[in-house]
Amino acid sequence: MRCPFHSSFSLAACLMLAAALAPFPAHAFCGFYVASGDAKLFNHASQVVLVRDGDRTVLTMNSDFQGEPREFALVVPVPTVLEKGQVHVGDRAVVDHLDAFSAPRLVEYWDPDPCPMADNVGAMRLEAAAPVARMAAKQSMADLAKTRGVTIEARYTVGEYDILILSAKESNGLERWLTENGYRIPPGASPVLASYIKQGMKFFVAKVNLSEQKRLGFTYLRPLQVAFESPKFVLPIRLGMVNSDGAQEMYVYALTRKGRVETTNYRTVKLVTDRDVPEFVKSEFGDFYRDLFTTQVKREGMEVVFTEYAWDMGWCDPCASSPLSPEELKGLGVFWLDDANDPARGTNTPFLTRLHLRYDARHFPEDLVFQVTSDRANFQGRYVIRHEWTGGGDCPQARDYRAGLADRRSQEARTVAELTGWDLSRIRGKMNVAADWSRPEDRMKWWDRVWK
Amino acid sequence: MNAHSGIPPRPSAASTPDGAPRPIRRIDPRWYQIAMLSGLLGYGVLGLGFGLGPLRIAATIGAALATQYLCTRLWRLPKFDPLSALISGIGLCTLLRTNTIAAAVFAATLAIASKFVLRVGGKHLYNPTNLALVMMLVAGVGWISPGQYGHVAFVALLMVCLGLTVVCKAGRSDVTLAFLGVYAAILFGRSLWLGEPLTIPVHRLQSGLLLQFAFNMISDPRTTPDSRLGRVLFGALVAAGAGIVQFVMFRPNGPVWSLAGCTLLVPLIDRVLPGLRHQWSPAAALSPPARRIVIPATAGAVSKGVVS
Repeated sequence: MRCPFHSSFSLAACLMLAAALAPFPAHAFCGFYVASGDAKLFNHASQVVLVRDGDRTVLTMNSDFQGEPREFALVVPVPTVLEKGQVHVGDRAVVDHLDAFSAPRLVEYWDPDPCPMADNVGAMRLEAAAPVARMAAKQSMADLAKTRGVTIEARYTVGEYDILILSAKESNGLERWLTENGYRIPPGASPVLASYIKQGMKFFVAKVNLSEQKRLGFTYLRPLQVAFESPKFVLPIRLGMVNSDGAQEMYVYALTRKGRVETTNYRTVKLVTDRDVPEFVKSEFGDFYRDLFTTQVKREGMEVVFTEYAWDMGWCDPCASSPLSPEELKGLGVFWLDDANDPARGTNTPFLTRLHLRYDARHFPEDLVFQVTSDRANFQGRYVIRHEWTGGGDCPQARDYRAGLADRRSQEARTVAELTGWDLSRIRGKMNVAADWSRPEDRMKWWDRVWK
Repeated sequence: MNAHSGIPPRPSAASTPDGAPRPIRRIDPRWYQIAMLSGLLGYGVLGLGFGLGPLRIAATIGAALATQYLCTRLWRLPKFDPLSALISGIGLCTLLRTNTIAAAVFAATLAIASKFVLRVGGKHLYNPTNLALVMMLVAGVGWISPGQYGHVAFVALLMVCLGLTVVCKAGRSDVTLAFLGVYAAILFGRSLWLGEPLTIPVHRLQSGLLLQFAFNMISDPRTTPDSRLGRVLFGALVAAGAGIVQFVMFRPNGPVWSLAGCTLLVPLIDRVLPGLRHQWSPAAALSPPARRIVIPATAGAVSKGVVS
């Protein structure tokens, strides 16, 4: 089931240089999307999978680009020149699976019969996970590149993508080259490009090869993956914020051998979790989660990165979806699964961290820098519905139980209001908090029971 | 942080209105430091959700104090002085994260024990907190969260004010200012060279952890060079090293690694640029023989001299 959060945000694009078209809000990621026409781009969020061990990184960029494929283009700064073998086209379903597996979840419990003769144990069932983010002629091109101070370091086709790896001496030349080759660079990108050039970064440029796409039969864009070795553990988000007129959304799923991943140049905080919520939230969990996140972002001044999940992938409790298979993990780039277990390097089972951030240039002026910590403490965003016992009963425990329900409902209503910013009276109305929920036996006087 | 197996401050002489000298008691500057670090710890736990339970905090600080007490007895020091150990313990609580409480206890023990064991020229070589942090990072059983304080200007300002109070009291603001000045120059210089907006170096400087490092770790008067020129040189070297770790090696926690490396140069700097050894109490500095103790032959790992 797609939660409302999906549709409203039309989940999105990856690491890309999504900036692009001036008339339209640019949303993106490490790089930017560039388009060669005036087509509208609808990439509002990015999904990035980072597999990291030592200095080795496999980066998966999943896009929900919904325009015409011929209008899709991607420019991402990368630390090294990438050979053809370092680029791969992945499976979007695996990224979606990883997203569903790590998404904040709603759990249901059923209160047991409060009377002592009942030997009921509260049943628990995982009800719904919010899968929040589901998730020219070659020769002339080369000649032109030379005159612009741009070097085409590599050129190849992988899957449905034509890939170029560019290096440049100065940003104006790169900007002009990209423009002349049909990539629309947003105004203002040049200084950002210049800083990456001076840092020795290369540029990974991808376009859809329409004939290859037709031959392969895909109607959507599959995620691009790159593998490289570099001490830099960075996601370049600055390009994607050029000319961006609003906040952008990003999900980072980090898989490591050692432990949790966090940002070193922004505060990483855990999402509020383990709160009891009323039953109606079940049918509105997507809205609930979206508004909860927005409220938390506001509360933290939009200056933090949220951890939504951090768990050893060897197990889950409760599991929001089935665990990923070894094949799926390998598909995401987990390259150490077949290594012999080396206690010094930790277990081979990956540790998954799901990070979620809403960002703009004002609050996130620099690229995201990460570190792998040795923290292996488990954490998950989890919200709990406790279904009330409705089986009756006239024992003192049952009466006490029912007497406490009013306070419990009020507390749950306040919790939802506090977490989401929703109107308290509306919440109470939905819960019917003010109604008389007592049973006839609760209204009996003590003497009514004496000769009963 | 500025931890020292120090001797309690002595009353210093002052004159009464009628001209007769009378002893007045100065507040040991380490109390300012304890107040500042406790404030940071409280803010971290209550305001920022550091996730440190009372048991972990008590165990870490308790281990630091217990090690100090034990070493005081072993090294036959005249008096148990808990202040420096308290500073190290609270400092480790604010900076070091571990999976287990046992690892935090080990780090605190290591920090305090290092003051007694790793000594060169009569003073301990490493800032205890710095050494413990580096050892735990190397062993892969601990981590530092450089972004843990966020970039709230209020906190930065508060830390600057309180930190300045501490370093002024300790007379070591030169090393702090040299470090911050050179480090800021590196950040701004690099961003100007790259053509980045200046919001980037400002954002990097607005780090609570950086300020905590500058005002509470590198400024440790017991482990910095004795002469002013030496300290300025030392601060600049640590800043340069931090820049290399951050922008050449692309590793986090540049200042912490850099301080650990540059500390090895302190004996050399002291030899080339000698100066007056710091004592927490001015009176103590003037009367070193009274503080000298004889190290028993069994304590061979420790050089002879003042263990303070």
